[in-house]
Amino acid sequence: MKFSESWLREWVNPSISRDDLSHQITMAGLEVDGVDPVAGDFSGVVVGEVVECGQHPDADKLRVTKINVGQDELIDIVCGAPNCRQGLKVAVAMVGAVLPGDFKIKKAKLRGQPSFGMLCSYGELGIEIESDGIIELPLDAPIGQDVREYLDLDDAIIDVDLTANRADCLGMVGLAREVGVLNRQAVVAPTWEAVAPSIDDVIEIDNQAPSACPRYLGRVVKNVNVKAQSPLWMQEKLRRSGIRSIDPIVDITNYVLIEFGQPMHAFDLAKIDSKIQIRLGDGEEKLTLLDGNEITVPNDTLVIADNSQALALAGVFGGEYSGVTGETQDILLECAFFAPLAIMGKSRRLGLHTDSSHRFERGVDPELQHKVIDRATRLVLEICGGQAGPVVEAKADEHLPQPADILLRRSKLDRVLGHHISDADVTEILERLGFGVSRSDDNWQVTTATYRFDMAIEEDLIEEVARIYGYNNIPNVAPVAALSMPLHNEADIDLKRVRAMMVARGFQEAVTYSFVDPKLQQLVHPGSDAMVLPNPISVEMSAMRLSMFTGLLTAVGYNQSRQQNRVRLFETGLRFVPDTDAESGVRQQAMLGAVIAGNQNDEHWSMESKTVDFFDLKGDLEAIIGLTVSEDEFTFKKASHPALHPGQCAEILRNDRVIGVIGAVHPSLEKPFGLNGKTIVFELELDALLHASLPQAQTVSKFPANRRDIAILVDEDVSAGNVVNLIRKVGENQLVGLNLFDVYQGKGVEPGKKSLAIALTLQDNARTLEEKEIAEMVEKVVSELKTEFNALLRD
Amino acid sequence: MSELTEIVEQALQAIEGTDDLKALDDLRVDYLGKKGKITDMMKMMGKLSPEEKPAFGQAVNQAKQAVQQKLSERIEGLKVQELEAKLSAESIDVTLPGRRIDNGGLHPVTRTIERIETFFGELGFSVKQGPEIEDDFHNFDALNISEHHPARADHDTFYFNPKLMLRTQTSGVQIRTMETEKPPLRIISPGRVYRNDYDQTHTPMFHQVEGLFVDENVNFAELKGILHDFLRNFFEEDLQVRFRPSYFPFTEPSAEVDVMGKNGKWLEVLGCGMVHPNVLRSVGIDPEKYQGFAFGMGVERLSMLRYGVNDLRSFFENDLRFLKQFK
Repeated sequence: MKFSESWLREWVNPSISRDDLSHQITMAGLEVDGVDPVAGDFSGVVVGEVVECGQHPDADKLRVTKINVGQDELIDIVCGAPNCRQGLKVAVAMVGAVLPGDFKIKKAKLRGQPSFGMLCSYGELGIEIESDGIIELPLDAPIGQDVREYLDLDDAIIDVDLTANRADCLGMVGLAREVGVLNRQAVVAPTWEAVAPSIDDVIEIDNQAPSACPRYLGRVVKNVNVKAQSPLWMQEKLRRSGIRSIDPIVDITNYVLIEFGQPMHAFDLAKIDSKIQIRLGDGEEKLTLLDGNEITVPNDTLVIADNSQALALAGVFGGEYSGVTGETQDILLECAFFAPLAIMGKSRRLGLHTDSSHRFERGVDPELQHKVIDRATRLVLEICGGQAGPVVEAKADEHLPQPADILLRRSKLDRVLGHHISDADVTEILERLGFGVSRSDDNWQVTTATYRFDMAIEEDLIEEVARIYGYNNIPNVAPVAALSMPLHNEADIDLKRVRAMMVARGFQEAVTYSFVDPKLQQLVHPGSDAMVLPNPISVEMSAMRLSMFTGLLTAVGYNQSRQQNRVRLFETGLRFVPDTDAESGVRQQAMLGAVIAGNQNDEHWSMESKTVDFFDLKGDLEAIIGLTVSEDEFTFKKASHPALHPGQCAEILRNDRVIGVIGAVHPSLEKPFGLNGKTIVFELELDALLHASLPQAQTVSKFPANRRDIAILVDEDVSAGNVVNLIRKVGENQLVGLNLFDVYQGKGVEPGKKSLAIALTLQDNARTLEEKEIAEMVEKVVSELKTEFNALLRD
Repeated sequence: MSELTEIVEQALQAIEGTDDLKALDDLRVDYLGKKGKITDMMKMMGKLSPEEKPAFGQAVNQAKQAVQQKLSERIEGLKVQELEAKLSAESIDVTLPGRRIDNGGLHPVTRTIERIETFFGELGFSVKQGPEIEDDFHNFDALNISEHHPARADHDTFYFNPKLMLRTQTSGVQIRTMETEKPPLRIISPGRVYRNDYDQTHTPMFHQVEGLFVDENVNFAELKGILHDFLRNFFEEDLQVRFRPSYFPFTEPSAEVDVMGKNGKWLEVLGCGMVHPNVLRSVGIDPEKYQGFAFGMGVERLSMLRYGVNDLRSFFENDLRFLKQFK
């Protein structure tokens, strides 16, 4: 809400500076977002009158004027504005004046004619009013007065960011009340002569929705001149409240909106068929709004109608048909209290948000309407003339909100704040707020005010007391709590440890958006349905990720297109897999994903430059798996995945359940993701990873270990993992070490076969193994390998 | 005897003149071997009288020892030379870079979250996580934000449908925790949150850490105390902190917390307040018996202030040149 500081000070004028005022209301919970001057910085500009205005002899577009600024002599000024004319009151920048932008006014000659000053436009004075030509001041503007003073241009526009509970401050009356409370100062409200009806014209009001509209006032005003001009003071106050002047009737309803926070509406009386009906929409009827858009009124939405049709969306927007136009002669002023629940959400659903709906959905003082309709009528009569009829009221007392009666307990106040505020201070604060207060025992029985409709429960009062007392006057205290020792399950692996290990292995952590480009995701997970945001920031950020791959690969492409070829990234976060069995129909699983690309190492003087391959990332993954101390629970199984190379892809299993996948990115994805060559990824479920076995210590054997190497020939599609598993099974306890140290194909090995070289380390806990036993064991291994894999011992 | 002296002289000279271990061994054989020249001298003993024998024997032994010693010295000397030559040949440029695995680094957001977790973890707050696709009960209703509450409009929510959305705050985790655990409760919930807003100062996804402390007498002065301590610890500065009344549907009294920036302007860093009794009621906690405070902070905001990041969007571009600054 923007407001004029001067206007506020008309209501309540504490002797504190502008900065202090801003700080004060900010600290009271009305956060000041900005303080802006209402005009540029200028001096030496006074009110003048155009006494003579003649054509410049040598320039068609210039006029030669004589201006009265209240000095002994008239001043010659050449002016180019088309609206310059005799009799006009103008803003005159005298010689020596300084205009915004440090523009100094000097004596000049324009096409031979002397000019001792300048007639100013709003723009030239840094005032944001759209107009052609020079400023036209009211005819009663006092000649010679400084324009800054006359137009009150030392004022400032203060912008407060009001929270949803403080709708009472959406008008000067509320802001003034607040400033009055903070400064212990009385508020002086504007006064006017109440309007006595001079005609008998009334309109019948048929209120069919009394709970949604507990109070509706209507007043006929006939023979208004809608072509009259709003007075400059009103235009200026509106401008300083961020509202443009339109026509006098709109300006007046806007003026009282800002003054009292009460929205109003004016109808063209001639367009109303018989009477006003207040009712819900029928779900089908159409209504063209003042902005020209046609809507279908939903059947839970309140309208103001007549006997034939809906005329306006109650409390939200007027209708075009019944609106005031240049031809309007008689008007009906509406001033109502609509219940917040009847307005909340309705305008937003229709894509409408107006100053009126903003207030009604938050709340308006339900006792304000009579005062405001009279204020508006008085202004209409003053500005547009006409005759006013009596106010007609449709009211449902039982639905009108009543001020709340709330018990504030001393014990509760102290317990919530953790600080004792004296009885006298509490009572004084509540009374300053305008609440009725009576003491009972140690407590306060409080009757709040209709304008503080946000007061409902004890905590509301506690907040008010603390707020006015000042949050910063409440001490900072160290919390007190019972010490209780939380559980720490040693077998749970902390995610921090996994992250630390990835970092130690040279990975940089990424954070990619949880929503990705559905087109790219379809390349990674063809045929898989993802959850899609109906209203995303952009299509590229609309599909919830099904894995970490889309985001990570996008990040690789992003970096590689910026000369960062070697990439090692990991990310942890949720993936979102539609699943009817899961809560809300989506499985939200925490994943660890990683990607590598480019060379294994940065170029180094003594290391070979080699592009990464599957086993580089598998090694990182194995290191992570090593944290579980249960590596034998994990297996890798050749698999296929649409995003991965068919020959370089494996499922990761823990205890035979698939918990992830690793592989080289399919070459067909390189172009769409902008990948520069071989890229390896993995992803695995964190929940399945993050539990370990507790170490169980084994006695270290005192007897010597014996190494025997064997080399076997097997078909090339026999997987090494199976070979190793079989040997481990055969070797039982005596096999303490098993290392596959060479894989060979080529010369000396027939095509279709491969040679595996394996080191077996044998040891017994109780004795030294004899050569014979060792040989038997090796023989047993070889024979089992032969049976199972048709393996031949190589010489 | 002069012959012996001559042989010894010869031997010593020969040894001195040799700088090769093999040749030295040949010399040893030549002089001290079974048929060596000095060994041969011993054989002359037989021709001597018993009176002459001891002196002669002694002289030959001395000659042997002299030659032996010379040989040993020479061998030792040569070995030292050889080792020195070898070591010298093995000399390296120690200033060349080692074979390192370059350190990676945590994302600044994670780094900040971990730091926050440490501060509150040491006070006995445990870390709780929850779903990011959230239902309207946990994201709004249970937090005292009814269906048409104006505060809902302030949230720029990403809806899937009116009942399901990307969470706009991590407060849902607090609700979920209170549904299953009973006070006293001390938790923080860090994580991703989402708002439909994208410009210089907003990204549609960002991170929050929210905290909740519910017990019988937890109060506003303590809320002020803990956040005051936190901010000074986080920034490691005695900076000015102020608490300003504000409004959140789920807390009352509510406050926003500002810190004084280096430019002399107040910067909002936190929202907080005493948990609203309706929130406690919605999870079956008696607000007459228990009360609590809650707070929430934007992680990116804190990271930007702490590490001098000036573009919010850089957090999610994952540009290695940005990320690698956080080791």
